[in-house]
Formats: sequence, structure tokens, C-alpha cells
Amino acid sequence: MSQGSETILEARDLTVTFVTPVGVMRHRSINAVDNLSLKVRRGESLGLVGESGSGKTTLSRAIVKLTRPSSGGVYFNGEDVYRQSSSSSKEYRRRVQMIFQDPYESLNPRSSVKYMVEEPIIIHKIIKDRRRREEKVSELLQLVGLNPETVLAKYPHELSGGERQRISLARALALSPELLVADEPVSMLDVSIRIGILNLMLDLKRRFNLTCLFVTHDLGVARYFCDRIAVMYRGKIVEMADSEQLLRHPLHPYTKLLIDSVPGRSVKGAEDSAVSEVATTATMDVIAGCSFNPRCPYAQETCRGQTPEFLEVEPGHLVACYFPLK
Amino acid sequence: MLKSARAAWFRRLRGNRRLVVGIGIIAVFLGMAALAPYLTPYGPHQVVGRPYSPPSLQHWLGTDNLGADIMSQIIYGSRVSLMVGFAVAVVATLLGTTVGLLAGFYRGPADEGLMRITDVFLILPSLPLAIILAAYLGPSETTIIEVLAVTSWPLVARVVRSQTLSLRERPFTDAARVIGAGNRRIMFRVIIPNLLTLIAANAVLTITAAVAGEAGLDFIGLGNPSVVSWGTMLYWAETYALFNGAWWWIVAPGICICLVGLGAVLISVSIENLFNPRLRGR
Amino acid sequence: MALLSIRELSVEYRTERGPLRAVDTVSLDLKEGETLGLAGESGCGKSTLAFSILRLLPPSARISGRIELDGENVVDMDDRTLRNYRWKSVSLVPQGSMNAFDPVRTIGSQIVEGIKAHESISKAEAWQRARKLLSSVGISEDRAKSFPFQFSGGMRQRAAIAMALSLNPKLVILDEPTTALDVVVQKQILTLLRHLQREYQTSFIFITHDLSVLADIATRIAVMYAGKIAEIGSETEVLGSPQHPYSRALIAAIPTIDGEKSAAKSIPGLPPDLISPPSGCRFHPRCPFVFEKCINVEPALTQISRETQAACHLLKAWEAK
Repeated sequence: MSQGSETILEARDLTVTFVTPVGVMRHRSINAVDNLSLKVRRGESLGLVGESGSGKTTLSRAIVKLTRPSSGGVYFNGEDVYRQSSSSSKEYRRRVQMIFQDPYESLNPRSSVKYMVEEPIIIHKIIKDRRRREEKVSELLQLVGLNPETVLAKYPHELSGGERQRISLARALALSPELLVADEPVSMLDVSIRIGILNLMLDLKRRFNLTCLFVTHDLGVARYFCDRIAVMYRGKIVEMADSEQLLRHPLHPYTKLLIDSVPGRSVKGAEDSAVSEVATTATMDVIAGCSFNPRCPYAQETCRGQTPEFLEVEPGHLVACYFPLK
Repeated sequence: MLKSARAAWFRRLRGNRRLVVGIGIIAVFLGMAALAPYLTPYGPHQVVGRPYSPPSLQHWLGTDNLGADIMSQIIYGSRVSLMVGFAVAVVATLLGTTVGLLAGFYRGPADEGLMRITDVFLILPSLPLAIILAAYLGPSETTIIEVLAVTSWPLVARVVRSQTLSLRERPFTDAARVIGAGNRRIMFRVIIPNLLTLIAANAVLTITAAVAGEAGLDFIGLGNPSVVSWGTMLYWAETYALFNGAWWWIVAPGICICLVGLGAVLISVSIENLFNPRLRGR
Repeated sequence: MALLSIRELSVEYRTERGPLRAVDTVSLDLKEGETLGLAGESGCGKSTLAFSILRLLPPSARISGRIELDGENVVDMDDRTLRNYRWKSVSLVPQGSMNAFDPVRTIGSQIVEGIKAHESISKAEAWQRARKLLSSVGISEDRAKSFPFQFSGGMRQRAAIAMALSLNPKLVILDEPTTALDVVVQKQILTLLRHLQREYQTSFIFITHDLSVLADIATRIAVMYAGKIAEIGSETEVLGSPQHPYSRALIAAIPTIDGEKSAAKSIPGLPPDLISPPSGCRFHPRCPFVFEKCINVEPALTQISRETQAACHLLKAWEAK
């Protein structure tokens, strides 16, 4: 499918701050998303990869207007989505849809399959005629590989994880969206089912010319599904490139750490050290300079000074690092 | 599809012994209340025998100090006691649920305000309140219903608010927002259906508290003593029964109150099994 | 001699719809200091198998067969012997254990509780042991008095592992220990487990639905399907050159970060209903290589190489030269 360089969605200097109480009196604020800018091209599938705490989920929620940013903006087709009229806001919900991580929790246990897939159509008054609506629901269920006869009257607890994610997809597609944001859609499914759902999503993407923003911590899945991958660390994007390029020639030490952590890749000369608790993103203290420097094996004085800028060091390959690899 | 769903529902009902027993007990008393005139030849105030006569074939539960049949009083009394119980439950549940739902859903200043009001009512002691209200409005069953409702709704509000707060954060609520559902739709289609089990369980328990509460308030004289209810029976029994050895006069209403309480509790703890098919046959 | 020896183990649950054979005549051995990876889709019986080693099955389950740990048959043990056996000889890190800590008590106190339930040592000694255990899993001793919410997911998982090691068992069963964790933390946990194994010669049974995770940790791998073992052998052979069509399909379903990108393929269909499993080979409805014998005759687990056995009619028995 053709991928223009037209930007469908842009995040500009986006910051999402969370305030947590520390002890009884004090508060601490963390920037889950830290001054982040990103352009998503129409028709592409862009992966947001990172550990938990990297801010990828928060970013995806800010994009679908579930979590309000503290500063900065999100622009869809050029329009600021946080400064919309309520009718534009409703329209935004038509154009941008989300698939959630937990197939068991993202479906209302009290709603039947039929109602769940029908609801978006009812809310946006797309099809008023009941019979035509039912036909559309059956169509959508077939599109996601389910047999309407069997599942229409079922409730979520009667379905398997894979089936539930398919329902979520059917529901998302009911509005013919332009952008689909998927937050770890397969990470809670058995590996044998993942590929089926990913292939379904790829097929739907092609068929309906969707743009996909795919959040995941699994590099293999990201490579399978995404054209480009953006690696996030502590609220910032540290590297972004075409998937193959990123995985074959990572420039940021954190990307390399992620790649080396995939089981089965024995790193040359690496000893089974690191029994001790390695600092992870769990530490909430603010870090001066590059936020990765405490864990970076190549960190130098410069890294502890100013935060590195996100620059295009090779065509199509951006990284925020003073000393990119190789 | 409808037929098999209904059949499965009944199967679940039958397999759930607690629920069946609970419903059975309550059904017996409801039947008693509804069919009162058919169940006993005597009126509750009718003098039909010797005063203080012990239980006999003619008077299953004996007679009171005036010679009226106690069994008839129990039967007719069930009407008042149950009515109070249900009335309080309905009012407290409706009011409490509305307050709790709005507070938990909208949060912010609405939550603060509503919860402060709730807290005030929560700490209101029912007894002094009852006495004061009785002084103003005169002792009657309506007063009792009002007092009990006023002191029961705050607990419901707190519980519903807690559950609402939790439901608000669940992924399926996010999912509803993302497809474009507004606040109203989310409240009515997402939050309330998932609150039903909790509301139902609570409502049933409120009945227990209300029946017992009614008896208690009657007992201390805040009800209308000329109305026959289990509570007023105890009111009269306190004065007359003990010194005349008429233990049956005290035991009978007491047991009825306990049984209704038991039935309600049994229903309350099993109600989740009815609504939530995932736990079946426990 | 094998530390753990399972022979003809079957576990049957009584259900509304009839008896369900979650585990069907499974036999396997585990040596001391070895890690067995037990892999398969949800519902294949791997958790049931592991739980039966600890006799932690619900009352509706019927076990038949032999499970021998250090010569003693676990299936026949009486309650008193079981109490001694559990946690001391075999312990468990259950699925989601990182979220199973009591939120209102410190991690240390929960470990201490486990120790004191089995051994009559003083509180001070128990605490000392707990601190040492935490340090052996990479958590500094001064964190022993922290609460679960103050630990990250990875740290809590380490604490759960520490708890499982608290009485020095010979065998630890881990049920999906890294499933909810990020790849970096996952690697740390796997490294930790390897280290612990070298230090204490503990054997591990590592249950997972993701075969790729076993690459760095398992000595041997058993792939289960519908309550039976499809293939069991050395890690190198099962992951490197799987023979059973199901093992191959399972590995092929994992998208890799190198190699052919579009090679990943899904397995059509769903795992079977264990109340009435398919005739013959249970995998036959989903197998791309199915032929007539598969539908009628159940294949037996046969030696197909020096180190590997598989149950498939397509594979030829190995002859020792």
C-alpha cells in the first residue's frame, strides 16, 4: 500500500506529567511523556517500543484523548485535538480508534457481542435502520474471522482471548477509522494465537488503508507488524528508523540492550554477571543529561550534561545520543 | 436462544441451594402477608380466647393479654413489618445509589460535596433522630420508615461510590470513551449494569436491617402501638408477657424477624451467583 | 538416578459435562541440577502436571500413576508427609506471583512467615535467612522491610523466587515466571535462575507458552499438547530442529527479530476440548501433514534420536548404533 509522506498525526512537544504522593506531605511529579515530538505518516504502521515505564502507553492514551497532556499538543490532520468543539471531538472518535491490551478487561462483561459491535454505530448514528445495522454487525464479525451465528449472543466470558481481541477489532472498525492505535494487543495472548491476530490486523490495515500506531515491548512482534519503529525510554523517543534498519543497525545503546535481551541471543563475551538488581526505569529520580546514562555502558561526561537532541544521523534514521553506536 | 438462556438460568437457580432457601423463606413471609385474611379466621385485635393461653391446636401461638390470637398478629403483622422493610430498602437504595454513583463518577467538587453530606447522615445516630422526629411528626410507621431510610442510605452511597470509582478506571470504560460514548451512556450502559449485583445484594441486606430496626423502634414506643407489627407485638409483650409467663408472645415475633433476616442474607450472598455466570454451583 | 520420575501420570477432573483428562499418561524424568522447560498452549495440561507434583490440585481431580521425588511416591503421600514435602522438597513460583504478595505486609515478613511455618527457628534467625535470600536474588538486604508496592514487577518476581528457595528445595516449579515482564527484566530473571542453579544445584521446571523464552534456560524441553507430551528432548534439538509438527508449528508462530521476516505462521484451529478429544493423534485436525493413520491410531512416544522422543506417525524410531 502506498505510504505518502503526508502526516496524519503529530505530537508536538508533548508532555504528560503524573503527580504521586511521597510519604504523607510531599509530592513527586514524573513526566511519563517528556517533551516528545513525533510525526506519523498516513498509511504506515509505526511501532512504539519500550519497557514498562517508558511512556509508550501514556503517549498512546494522550493521542486517543484518554489522558490529558500537561503541555504540548496532538494534531490530527493538522487540527489540534485538545482544542476542538464537541462535535469535532466526536468526529475525532470516529476517525481514531484504539485496541487495548487486556482482552479480558477491555470488554464490558455485561454487554453481548452484538451490542458491543453495534454500539459505536448507534452512538455516531451511522446507520439508523435496525436491520441494516444488524447486517453491518454480521459483516464486521465476518471480517475479523468470526462466525456471527455463533458469537452474536455471547458474552465476553464465553469467548477466548483471541476471540475477544477480534471483537475489539470489529468494534474499532465499525466506524471506519483512519488511525488505529493498538496498545499491546497481543501480549496477553498465547504465542500460537498472536500471529493470527497480527495477520488479521495487517490484512485489515491493507484493506481499509489504515494507519496504525502499535505499542509493544516485543521487538519480534514490532518487526513483524511495523514499517517503522520508535524506541522510547523514560518518556522520550531515543531512536526511530525503518524496522529492519533499526534491528540490524541500532544506533542507540538502549536499542542495543533491548535487542540483546531477546532470549536466544548469546552476546559474545557476556558473562552471567548482573545478578544484582540493575537500575531500571523504576527509579523515579530526575536524571541530568541523557536519561539513559546511568545504565549506559558507553556513558561519558557529555552525557551527564545536556539532554541530547533527536537528530537524523542517517537518512530516515533518527537518534538522541551523543555517541551513537558504530 | 432465549429459551436455552432461560433454562440455563433456572438450572443455575436450582443448583444454588442458599439462594433457593433464601428465596423460599422470604416467599413464605410474603405469602403470609399477602394472604393474611385467608390464613387465619381471627383478626389481629379480635378477642377470641382466654388471655395468656399457651400454644394450642386452636391458637398455634397462644393468646396475648387481651385474649387475641398471636398467630393472627404474626400473620397480619408481617404486612407492616415487611412493608417497612421493603420501603426503607427501596428508598435507601435509590437515594444511596444515586448519590454514590454521581459522586464516584464525576469526582471533584461534586464528589466532595456529596460525600460531606453523606458523612453527616452517616454519623447521625438513628435513635435520637427517631425520638426527635417522633416528637414532631407523631409516632407512626411512616416516621419509622423515614428515620430508617435516612440512616440507611449513607452506607449504600459509600459502597456504591467505591465501586463506581473502581469501575471508572477499568479498561472497558476507557474503551467506551474511545468509541465516543458520553458521560450519560457510560453511566447507564457501563457503570450501572456492573453495579447491579452490588446494589441488589445491598438492597436485600437493607431489608434485614430495616425489619429489625423497625422492631427496635416500635419496641421503644416510637411506632404506633395500635398498629400490629412484629415490633409493636414486642412492645406490648415487654410489658405483659414476661410476668405472665407468656414466652410465646416474645419468641414468635423474634423468630420471624430472625428468619426474614436469614432469608435476606442468604439471598444477598448468593445473588452474585445468579448475575455472574462465571461462578456457578457454589 | 533421576531426581524426579513421573510414570504414566494421568489427572482427571470431574466436570458438569463429564470427566476431563487434563493430563493423559505422561512420563518423564528430571535430573538434579537440570531445568526442564514445559511448553504448550493454554489448556494443554502443563500447569496441571506441575501442580500434581505438589499435590496442589482441587478436590475434583483424580490422580493416577506415579510421581517419585528422590524415591518417594508423591501420589500416595499422607497429609503429614505432604506438609513436610511441600516447600521443603519442592516449591512453586505460581503464575502472577509478583502480584500475589499481601500488600499490607513487608516482603521480608512474608518470607519469614513461610520459613517459620516449616522450621522451628527463632524470629531473628528467620529474618536473617530472609535477608540473605533476598540478597541472593539480587535485592539488597535493606529492602527486606519494604512493602510490595515499593518494588517493581521484576523485583517482586525475584522476591517470589526467593520465597520459593527459602527452605532449600531440590526442585522449584516456575509457572510463567516472565510472562508479564519486559524483555530486559526477563533476561535478568533468566540470568538469575541460571546463576541460582549453578550455586545451589536446584532443578527447575519452567512452564511457559512461549518456547522462545526457554532458549537460554532449559536443558531439556517437553512440548505438551492436549494433555500429552508431543515431543521431549534436549533444548538444542527441540528448539533447533523440532520434529513433531506441533513443535515446529509452535516455533514457527513466534515472530523473530532476525531471519526471514514473513516466516512466522499461525496454527489454524483451536486446542481441542479435553472432554472429548479427537481420535487417534490429538493434533490431527490441525496438522498440515495429517494422513489416515493419524485419525485412527494414537502415536506412542518413541525415541527418535539419542536425546529426543516424539509422538508422531511420521517419525521413524531411532536405532542406537
